[in-house]
Amino acid sequence: MESLQERSSPSKEGASMPTEDKRWRLVNRTMRLHGNQPHALIETLHSVQEYFGFLDPDALKYVANSLRVPLSVVYGVATFYSYFTLQPPGEHTCVVCKGTACYISGASGILGSIAKKVGIAPGETTPDGKVSLLTARCLGSCGLAPAVVLDGQVCGKMTPTAVLDRMEVWRNEETSERVPLRGEVDEP
Amino acid sequence: MTLSIEDLEGIARIEKDKRESFTYQINVCVAAGCLSCQSGVLKEAFEKEVSRRGWENWCSVKGVGCLGLCAAGPLISIQPDGTYYRGVGAPDVSEILESLGGAPIPRLDCASSRPFFEQQPKIVLENSGRIDPERIEDYIAEDGYKALYNALRMMRPSEVIEQVLASGLRGRGGAGFPTGVKWTAVAKASNGNKFVVCNADEGDPGAFMDRSILESDPHRVIEGMAVAAYAVGANTGFIYVRAEYPLAVQRVRTAISQARHLGVLGNNVFNSQFSFDINVRLGAGAFVCGEETALIASIEGRGGRPRPRPPFPAEFGLWGQPTLINNVETFANIPPIIRKGGKWFATIGTEKSKGTKVFALAGRVNNTGLIEVPMGTTLREIVFQIGGGIPGDRAFKAVQTGGPSGGCIPEQFLDMAVDYESLASVGSIMGSGGLIVMDDTSCMVDVAHFFMEFCMSESCGKCVPCRVGTSQIYHLLNRITKGEGKLSDLDMLEDLSDLLKNTSLCGLGQTAPNPIMSTLRYFRDEYVAHIEEKRCPAEACKIHEAREAV
Repeated sequence: MESLQERSSPSKEGASMPTEDKRWRLVNRTMRLHGNQPHALIETLHSVQEYFGFLDPDALKYVANSLRVPLSVVYGVATFYSYFTLQPPGEHTCVVCKGTACYISGASGILGSIAKKVGIAPGETTPDGKVSLLTARCLGSCGLAPAVVLDGQVCGKMTPTAVLDRMEVWRNEETSERVPLRGEVDEP
Repeated sequence: MTLSIEDLEGIARIEKDKRESFTYQINVCVAAGCLSCQSGVLKEAFEKEVSRRGWENWCSVKGVGCLGLCAAGPLISIQPDGTYYRGVGAPDVSEILESLGGAPIPRLDCASSRPFFEQQPKIVLENSGRIDPERIEDYIAEDGYKALYNALRMMRPSEVIEQVLASGLRGRGGAGFPTGVKWTAVAKASNGNKFVVCNADEGDPGAFMDRSILESDPHRVIEGMAVAAYAVGANTGFIYVRAEYPLAVQRVRTAISQARHLGVLGNNVFNSQFSFDINVRLGAGAFVCGEETALIASIEGRGGRPRPRPPFPAEFGLWGQPTLINNVETFANIPPIIRKGGKWFATIGTEKSKGTKVFALAGRVNNTGLIEVPMGTTLREIVFQIGGGIPGDRAFKAVQTGGPSGGCIPEQFLDMAVDYESLASVGSIMGSGGLIVMDDTSCMVDVAHFFMEFCMSESCGKCVPCRVGTSQIYHLLNRITKGEGKLSDLDMLEDLSDLLKNTSLCGLGQTAPNPIMSTLRYFRDEYVAHIEEKRCPAEACKIHEAREAV
């Protein structure tokens, strides 16, 4: 099947980096550690997402060329696994755990109140780009149910009010101190 | 020269001397549960205060793995008194230091949770909450890597397998396949480069045993894998761990680099012919990757879709080579089995299920957290003694084991001894060890609905029964929870469940109907109430709201 795929032949150093962004070197490092082999695909996508926040089409093409994997396969893997996202995240992220213990302890109430007050469903970002809402299958913090991850910090025994208050604070912030994403820096 | 047993014993002696030089040890839990209650800040506060008082020489502060009672974090334990304090904050630090040597502080004492700490004879978690997971020396002081030395220098690979066979250890990932038999199959496979894979893709919602083991005692898993690799003749290992567990990933990586540095991983370990190294691979949020053939596909960098077995991974696994795949907890059981012998291990547990099992106790129970009990412990002991009963003294309704592949066990089986066979006989499975307690506020139809939604969206889509069947069952359940079901739907649910169970390609589809079948068997009246009376007995389903909205 692979022989039918049209692939651009990588140069000696591999495919050229999409931009001058230094983070690509970190991605290259991951690929090099795995000998630039096709089986490094998932590890490489993890790297891209870790440094850039999401996987955009240019990144997918670059990874496909560098590892000599058909772009269709790269796209297939990126969309098969729920951890990977092709959409840029909002400035802040709120991940509601939907594991069994959290479900029993009221995670759906938290999601319901966010939908009601903020108007976003899991997987969506507020129109102002401030807050993304995601769900997790299980954070493994079942002892703290219901658990919510607010900007990377696991918060246990949450209530709808506590989550909504935090979102309100985020949405009223003037600007974010986060490093701008790749697209924001390099595109004219 | 590589590492020798004298080097190992030397490290252990220095570490033990250092420990004995302290009159008091304050162990602060730094596993993920307590860290999210700010135990990191607490540990720093203790360190600062101890050094401000100039007590460094006789009072040590150590970050340790999971102490178990995750609901009451941050937890600390004070040795040698054996006092446990719950919900400790930075303002309590001075008071705790003042109380050393005196009576425990009643306000923070875990005295009411005594049974939780005392009724657990620990094997897998013996070091959890006692050693610093980020220091290999601490593990070595607890006889760490001695099993590997014994295996490499005093036993033939076949003798290692004999011990594992004699122990009666069965796979802790859920299916309960005898570990020794699996090892024998891989050892007998003659061709090529063999691999050892540790399955740490703990996807069951409501289960966190593997995460805690990796966070609390990562070297134990590495040692278990190395012994396995020697027994089956492999030189490369992989730990496939969920990306959702960043702390576990970090600690495993730290542990691997320490082990390489010391020489317990690498070439000619303990001056033997044995060479072994471990790589970490991250999962990416696909539940089906817990299935071994899907896991192999994922390590190879492909989408995690299972393939039919046979050929089993023992003959045709990673890159077509013979591959041994075991769960985290299975590997964690190996070092004590090699150190103390298979016969010792076989004295614990029931006739067909040996050893202990780690459970993640969660849901409507007072002492949520991580527990380890011998096989054969009754559910009543687990829920009401170790678990401390149900909050608010509400009525117990069911225990759910095995996550989306398991079933709900009602009150009449509370006195049943838990092992692989007994759980299967009541329509559930051991699973990886999630144990969710439900009280009368939980609706069983809603729980079945929840798990079916999970299986539907986690189905990889390769085989039709699972892809279409889970979706059909989900929609039927959806209708029932909205109060729009018909009695004939229940027959259809049973037919579809039967179809899925018998015709799906892999374990995900084959076991997906378990939550439906078990709730239909024991809680049929709740389904009927939703359908005929249009009401939810637990008042969990929004039937009234849905009807009013129409």
